[in-house]
Amino acid sequence: MLSKKEKQLIREIWERLTPVAEDIGADALLRMFASYPGTKTYFSHLDIGPGSAHLSSHGKKIVLAIAEGAKDISQLTVTLAPLQTLHAYQLRIDPTNFKLLSHCLLVTLACFMGEGFTPEAHAAIDKFLSAFAAVLAEKYR
Amino acid sequence: MVEWTDFERATIQDIFSRIDKDVVGPAALSRCLIVYPWTQRYFGSFGNLYNAAAITSNPKVAAHGKVVLSGLELAVKNMDDIKQTYADLSVLHSEKLHVDPDNFKLLADCLTIVVAAQMGPGFTCDVQAAFQKFLAVVVSSLRRQYH
Repeated sequence: MLSKKEKQLIREIWERLTPVAEDIGADALLRMFASYPGTKTYFSHLDIGPGSAHLSSHGKKIVLAIAEGAKDISQLTVTLAPLQTLHAYQLRIDPTNFKLLSHCLLVTLACFMGEGFTPEAHAAIDKFLSAFAAVLAEKYR
Repeated sequence: MVEWTDFERATIQDIFSRIDKDVVGPAALSRCLIVYPWTQRYFGSFGNLYNAAAITSNPKVAAHGKVVLSGLELAVKNMDDIKQTYADLSVLHSEKLHVDPDNFKLLADCLTIVVAAQMGPGFTCDVQAAFQKFLAVVVSSLRRQYH
Protein backbone atom coordinates (compact mmCIF):
# COMPACT_ATOMS: atom_id res chain seq x y z
CA MET A 1 0.00 0.00 0.00
CA LEU A 2 1.49 3.33 -1.02
CA SER A 3 0.43 6.62 0.52
CA LYS A 4 0.09 9.78 -1.58
CA LYS A 5 3.27 11.08 0.01
CA GLU A 6 5.14 7.92 -0.90
CA LYS A 7 3.93 8.00 -4.51
CA GLN A 8 5.18 11.55 -4.80
CA LEU A 9 8.53 10.66 -3.25
CA ILE A 10 8.88 7.77 -5.69
CA ARG A 11 7.99 9.99 -8.67
CA GLU A 12 10.54 12.61 -7.61
CA ILE A 13 13.34 10.14 -7.04
CA TRP A 14 12.89 8.36 -10.37
CA GLU A 15 12.67 11.69 -12.18
CA ARG A 16 16.09 12.51 -10.77
CA LEU A 17 17.42 9.16 -11.89
CA THR A 18 16.22 9.53 -15.49
CA PRO A 19 19.19 11.62 -16.72
CA VAL A 20 21.60 9.05 -15.25
CA ALA A 21 19.54 6.01 -16.22
CA GLU A 22 22.45 4.35 -18.01
CA ASP A 23 24.78 4.56 -15.01
CA ILE A 24 22.16 3.48 -12.48
CA GLY A 25 20.92 0.61 -14.65
CA ALA A 26 24.37 -0.70 -15.54
CA ASP A 27 25.50 -0.48 -11.90
CA ALA A 28 22.47 -2.40 -10.64
CA LEU A 29 22.89 -5.09 -13.29
CA LEU A 30 26.59 -5.51 -12.53
CA ARG A 31 25.80 -5.88 -8.83
CA MET A 32 23.19 -8.50 -9.63
CA PHE A 33 25.57 -10.49 -11.84
CA ALA A 34 28.28 -10.39 -9.14
CA SER A 35 26.07 -11.41 -6.21
CA TYR A 36 23.71 -13.75 -8.06
CA PRO A 37 25.65 -15.42 -10.88
CA GLY A 38 22.59 -17.44 -11.97
CA THR A 39 21.11 -14.24 -13.35
CA LYS A 40 23.84 -14.11 -16.00
CA THR A 41 22.20 -17.02 -17.78
CA TYR A 42 19.62 -14.65 -19.24
CA PHE A 43 22.32 -12.60 -20.94
CA SER A 44 24.38 -15.15 -22.80
CA HIS A 45 23.61 -13.29 -26.02
CA LEU A 46 25.04 -9.98 -24.78
CA ASP A 47 28.37 -8.63 -23.60
CA ILE A 48 27.74 -7.82 -19.94
CA GLY A 49 31.27 -6.94 -18.88
CA PRO A 50 31.76 -3.66 -16.98
CA GLY A 51 31.69 -0.73 -19.37
CA SER A 52 30.11 -2.64 -22.22
CA ALA A 53 27.69 -0.83 -24.51
CA HIS A 54 25.14 -3.65 -24.14
CA LEU A 55 25.19 -3.28 -20.39
CA SER A 56 24.62 0.48 -20.53
CA SER A 57 21.84 0.33 -23.06
CA HIS A 58 20.11 -2.51 -21.27
CA GLY A 59 20.45 -0.83 -17.89
CA LYS A 60 19.05 2.36 -19.38
CA LYS A 61 16.02 0.53 -20.80
CA ILE A 62 15.19 -0.97 -17.42
CA VAL A 63 15.57 2.24 -15.42
CA LEU A 64 13.54 4.26 -17.93
CA ALA A 65 10.75 1.66 -17.87
CA ILE A 66 10.63 1.86 -14.07
CA ALA A 67 10.67 5.66 -14.22
CA GLU A 68 7.74 5.56 -16.65
CA GLY A 69 5.82 3.36 -14.23
CA ALA A 70 6.65 5.74 -11.37
CA LYS A 71 4.94 8.66 -13.12
CA ASP A 72 1.50 7.20 -12.43
CA ILE A 73 1.64 4.21 -10.14
CA SER A 74 -2.12 3.70 -10.18
CA GLN A 75 -1.83 2.96 -13.91
CA LEU A 76 0.93 0.34 -13.68
CA THR A 77 -1.10 -2.40 -15.36
CA VAL A 78 -1.80 -0.14 -18.33
CA THR A 79 1.72 1.27 -18.59
CA LEU A 80 3.33 -2.16 -18.34
CA ALA A 81 0.98 -4.08 -20.67
CA PRO A 82 3.50 -4.43 -23.53
CA LEU A 83 6.31 -5.34 -21.14
CA GLN A 84 4.05 -7.90 -19.45
CA THR A 85 3.58 -9.64 -22.79
CA LEU A 86 7.28 -9.46 -23.59
CA HIS A 87 8.31 -11.01 -20.28
CA ALA A 88 5.59 -13.68 -20.26
CA TYR A 89 5.91 -14.98 -23.79
CA GLN A 90 9.40 -14.11 -24.94
CA LEU A 91 11.83 -13.40 -22.16
CA ARG A 92 10.27 -15.75 -19.58
CA ILE A 93 12.58 -14.59 -16.83
CA ASP A 94 11.80 -16.46 -13.63
CA PRO A 95 10.07 -13.86 -11.43
CA THR A 96 12.24 -14.63 -8.41
CA ASN A 97 14.94 -12.76 -10.32
CA PHE A 98 12.90 -9.57 -10.16
CA LYS A 99 13.48 -9.53 -6.40
CA LEU A 100 17.22 -9.86 -6.94
CA LEU A 101 17.37 -6.95 -9.36
CA SER A 102 15.12 -4.88 -7.10
CA HIS A 103 17.48 -5.45 -4.18
CA CYS A 104 20.48 -4.45 -6.30
CA LEU A 105 18.67 -1.33 -7.49
CA LEU A 106 18.17 -0.39 -3.84
CA VAL A 107 21.89 -0.89 -3.17
CA THR A 108 22.77 1.24 -6.21
CA LEU A 109 20.45 3.96 -4.94
CA ALA A 110 22.01 3.75 -1.47
CA CYS A 111 25.50 4.21 -2.94
CA PHE A 112 24.29 6.98 -5.23
CA MET A 113 22.17 8.89 -2.69
CA GLY A 114 24.03 8.15 0.56
CA GLU A 115 22.20 9.74 3.50
CA GLY A 116 19.55 10.92 1.05
CA PHE A 117 18.36 7.33 0.77
CA THR A 118 16.33 7.67 3.95
CA PRO A 119 14.41 4.76 5.52
CA GLU A 120 11.21 6.37 4.20
CA ALA A 121 12.54 6.52 0.65
CA HIS A 122 13.85 2.96 0.98
CA ALA A 123 10.48 1.66 2.18
CA ALA A 124 8.56 3.49 -0.54
CA ILE A 125 10.81 2.33 -3.36
CA ASP A 126 10.97 -1.23 -2.07
CA LYS A 127 7.17 -1.34 -2.07
CA PHE A 128 7.00 0.23 -5.52
CA LEU A 129 9.50 -2.21 -7.02
CA SER A 130 7.58 -5.17 -5.50
CA ALA A 131 4.37 -3.89 -7.05
CA PHE A 132 6.16 -3.29 -10.37
CA ALA A 133 7.54 -6.83 -10.37
CA ALA A 134 4.17 -8.32 -9.49
CA VAL A 135 2.48 -6.50 -12.38
CA LEU A 136 5.29 -7.49 -14.74
CA ALA A 137 4.71 -11.17 -13.94
CA GLU A 138 0.91 -11.02 -14.23
CA LYS A 139 0.65 -12.59 -17.68
CA TYR A 140 3.01 -15.47 -16.88
CA ARG A 141 0.15 -17.81 -16.05
CA MET B 1 33.18 -25.47 5.83
CA VAL B 2 32.82 -22.20 3.99
CA GLU B 3 35.60 -21.37 1.56
CA TRP B 4 36.64 -17.74 1.67
CA THR B 5 38.87 -16.20 -0.97
CA ASP B 6 41.60 -13.79 0.15
CA PHE B 7 39.59 -10.98 -1.37
CA GLU B 8 36.49 -11.94 0.61
CA ARG B 9 38.36 -12.21 3.91
CA ALA B 10 40.11 -8.91 3.38
CA THR B 11 36.89 -7.22 2.30
CA ILE B 12 34.92 -8.33 5.36
CA GLN B 13 37.68 -7.28 7.76
CA ASP B 14 38.00 -3.99 5.91
CA ILE B 15 34.28 -3.19 6.01
CA PHE B 16 34.03 -3.87 9.72
CA SER B 17 37.09 -1.80 10.47
CA ARG B 18 35.69 1.14 8.48
CA ILE B 19 32.09 1.34 9.56
CA ASP B 20 31.01 3.27 12.62
CA LYS B 21 29.49 0.41 14.56
CA ASP B 22 27.54 2.63 16.92
CA VAL B 23 25.81 4.16 13.92
CA VAL B 24 25.43 1.20 11.57
CA GLY B 25 23.85 -1.23 14.04
CA PRO B 26 21.09 1.13 15.16
CA ALA B 27 20.57 2.38 11.58
CA ALA B 28 20.15 -1.14 10.20
CA LEU B 29 17.75 -2.27 12.92
CA SER B 30 15.61 0.86 12.72
CA ARG B 31 15.56 0.65 8.93
CA CYS B 32 14.37 -2.96 9.19
CA LEU B 33 11.56 -1.96 11.57
CA ILE B 34 10.56 0.85 9.20
CA VAL B 35 10.82 -0.91 5.83
CA TYR B 36 9.41 -4.24 7.09
CA PRO B 37 7.01 -3.15 9.84
CA TRP B 38 5.91 -6.68 10.69
CA THR B 39 9.34 -7.22 12.24
CA GLN B 40 8.14 -4.93 15.04
CA ARG B 41 6.28 -7.93 16.43
CA TYR B 42 9.44 -8.98 18.25
CA PHE B 43 9.90 -5.64 19.97
CA GLY B 44 6.65 -5.13 21.86
CA SER B 45 8.53 -3.98 24.95
CA PHE B 46 10.45 -1.25 23.11
CA GLY B 47 7.78 1.44 23.50
CA ASN B 48 7.03 3.92 20.74
CA LEU B 49 7.54 2.40 17.27
CA TYR B 50 4.63 4.32 15.81
CA ASN B 51 6.39 5.94 12.86
CA ALA B 52 9.80 6.28 11.23
CA ALA B 53 10.80 9.26 13.38
CA ALA B 54 9.84 7.45 16.58
CA ILE B 55 11.73 4.32 15.57
CA THR B 56 14.86 6.23 14.55
CA SER B 57 14.96 8.10 17.88
CA ASN B 58 13.97 5.15 20.08
CA PRO B 59 16.81 4.50 22.57
CA LYS B 60 15.92 0.81 23.01
CA VAL B 61 16.14 0.27 19.25
CA ALA B 62 19.51 2.00 19.20
CA ALA B 63 20.82 -0.07 22.10
CA HIS B 64 19.62 -3.26 20.51
CA GLY B 65 21.15 -2.30 17.16
CA LYS B 66 24.51 -2.17 18.89
CA VAL B 67 23.91 -5.61 20.42
CA VAL B 68 23.16 -7.05 16.97
CA LEU B 69 26.30 -5.54 15.51
CA SER B 70 28.50 -6.93 18.28
CA GLY B 71 26.98 -10.29 17.49
CA LEU B 72 28.12 -9.83 13.90
CA GLU B 73 31.62 -8.92 15.03
CA LEU B 74 31.82 -12.34 16.63
CA ALA B 75 31.31 -13.85 13.19
CA VAL B 76 33.91 -11.52 11.68
CA LYS B 77 36.45 -12.76 14.25
CA ASN B 78 35.55 -16.42 13.60
CA MET B 79 34.98 -16.52 9.87
CA ASP B 80 36.17 -20.09 9.58
CA ASP B 81 33.58 -21.47 11.94
CA ILE B 82 30.59 -19.20 12.08
CA LYS B 83 28.28 -22.20 12.37
CA GLN B 84 29.79 -23.29 15.65
CA THR B 85 30.30 -19.73 16.93
CA TYR B 86 26.59 -19.07 16.45
CA ALA B 87 25.22 -22.36 17.81
CA ASP B 88 24.05 -20.82 21.10
CA LEU B 89 22.72 -17.68 19.40
CA SER B 90 20.74 -19.88 17.05
CA VAL B 91 19.19 -21.78 19.96
CA LEU B 92 18.41 -18.47 21.65
CA HIS B 93 16.59 -17.07 18.60
CA SER B 94 14.66 -20.29 18.11
CA GLU B 95 13.79 -21.46 21.62
CA LYS B 96 13.62 -18.26 23.58
CA LEU B 97 12.98 -15.39 21.17
CA HIS B 98 10.86 -17.42 18.70
CA VAL B 99 12.01 -15.33 15.74
CA ASP B 100 10.88 -16.50 12.29
CA PRO B 101 14.22 -17.09 10.56
CA ASP B 102 12.96 -15.46 7.35
CA ASN B 103 13.40 -12.20 9.23
CA PHE B 104 17.17 -12.63 9.37
CA LYS B 105 17.40 -11.99 5.65
CA LEU B 106 15.36 -8.81 5.97
CA LEU B 107 17.77 -7.41 8.56
CA ALA B 108 20.73 -8.56 6.46
CA ASP B 109 19.36 -6.67 3.44
CA CYS B 110 18.89 -3.52 5.50
CA LEU B 111 22.42 -3.82 6.83
CA THR B 112 23.72 -4.10 3.26
CA ILE B 113 21.89 -0.92 2.30
CA VAL B 114 23.15 1.00 5.34
CA VAL B 115 26.75 -0.04 4.68
CA ALA B 116 26.31 0.83 0.98
CA ALA B 117 25.05 4.30 1.89
CA GLN B 118 28.03 4.81 4.22
CA MET B 119 30.66 3.55 1.79
CA GLY B 120 29.20 5.04 -1.40
CA PRO B 121 31.17 4.14 -4.54
CA GLY B 122 33.60 2.14 -2.39
CA PHE B 123 30.83 -0.44 -2.03
CA THR B 124 31.58 -1.94 -5.43
CA CYS B 125 29.75 -4.96 -6.84
CA ASP B 126 32.55 -7.31 -5.74
CA VAL B 127 32.56 -5.84 -2.24
CA GLN B 128 28.78 -6.21 -2.15
CA ALA B 129 29.00 -9.84 -3.28
CA ALA B 130 31.54 -10.63 -0.55
CA PHE B 131 29.48 -8.86 2.11
CA GLN B 132 26.29 -10.63 1.04
CA LYS B 133 28.07 -14.00 1.06
CA PHE B 134 29.22 -13.29 4.62
CA LEU B 135 25.70 -12.32 5.70
CA ALA B 136 24.27 -15.41 3.99
CA VAL B 137 26.59 -17.60 6.08
CA VAL B 138 25.58 -15.68 9.21
CA VAL B 139 21.89 -16.12 8.42
CA SER B 140 22.31 -19.79 7.63
CA SER B 141 24.20 -20.36 10.91
CA LEU B 142 21.47 -18.58 12.85
CA ARG B 143 18.87 -20.83 11.25
CA ARG B 144 20.83 -23.99 11.91
CA GLN B 145 19.52 -24.93 15.35
CA TYR B 146 15.85 -24.42 14.53
CA HIS B 147 13.83 -27.60 14.58
